[in-house]
Amino acid sequence: MTSESSIVEVTLESDLKNVEAAEEIVRRVTATAGFDEESQQQVEMAVHESMINAIWHGNKNDASKIVWLRLEVFNDRLEVRVRDQGEGFDVTGIPDPRSQTNLLKVSGRGIFLIRTFVDEFRVEHHAGLGTEVTLVKRMEQARSLK
Amino acid sequence: MSMKVTVRQVDSVTVVDVSGRITLGEGCTQLRELIREQIAKGNKKVLLNLADVTYIDSSGIGELVSAYTAVSNQSGQLKLLNLTKKVHDLLQITKLYTVFDIHNDEVKAISSFEKV
Repeated sequence: MTSESSIVEVTLESDLKNVEAAEEIVRRVTATAGFDEESQQQVEMAVHESMINAIWHGNKNDASKIVWLRLEVFNDRLEVRVRDQGEGFDVTGIPDPRSQTNLLKVSGRGIFLIRTFVDEFRVEHHAGLGTEVTLVKRMEQARSLK
Repeated sequence: MSMKVTVRQVDSVTVVDVSGRITLGEGCTQLRELIREQIAKGNKKVLLNLADVTYIDSSGIGELVSAYTAVSNQSGQLKLLNLTKKVHDLLQITKLYTVFDIHNDEVKAISSFEKV
């Protein structure tokens, strides 16, 4: 096992059309990295939701702002970073969408789905620079020991 | 691929065949407007056939909830038909599987409206 990693990095305009472009990149990277189909779809969904958050909530759908997407494949995991130019958000205050009081709410499931589909989820806000979310998906033990 | 909808009437039930992506933006807006139109026409028995839905995100799930609530608030019923594995899994994870009346057989789904 080596400590080498491979990196894919793109900068995208804040346009919802670019969410599908990001999904395509994720599909290729996760397939090449050797994730099984279910894991590929889970990462794709987590990145989809992160891109939506970055474009819609972070950058307020302002096409003059950008979203930075970076995928780094290690032997044992994939790390995805999505950075916007927004003000950030507090992940501690997000209610559980599965509770009876929230079940019929129209919104509020994005972060929950991200957390469900990846092994680690971190949010960092850098004043004046924007918000960066990091998603980590670990490979199955058998794959990572090959 | 964007979302496409086809509306057909089977007895008193409005069957909406949805295909493509139900995601934030065009897909969600289209579904919302369609449900609004059906309610305005007095069609309060709605069966959403999701067999050809290739992708749904958190906003799309929210739109299904919104449609369910809008129809229920008019004393109507909205049911789901032919969930793909992806949609099925997402409704399980979000616990919405317990909210919706979900069917795999169109004939049975349509007759379930009649029993009300």
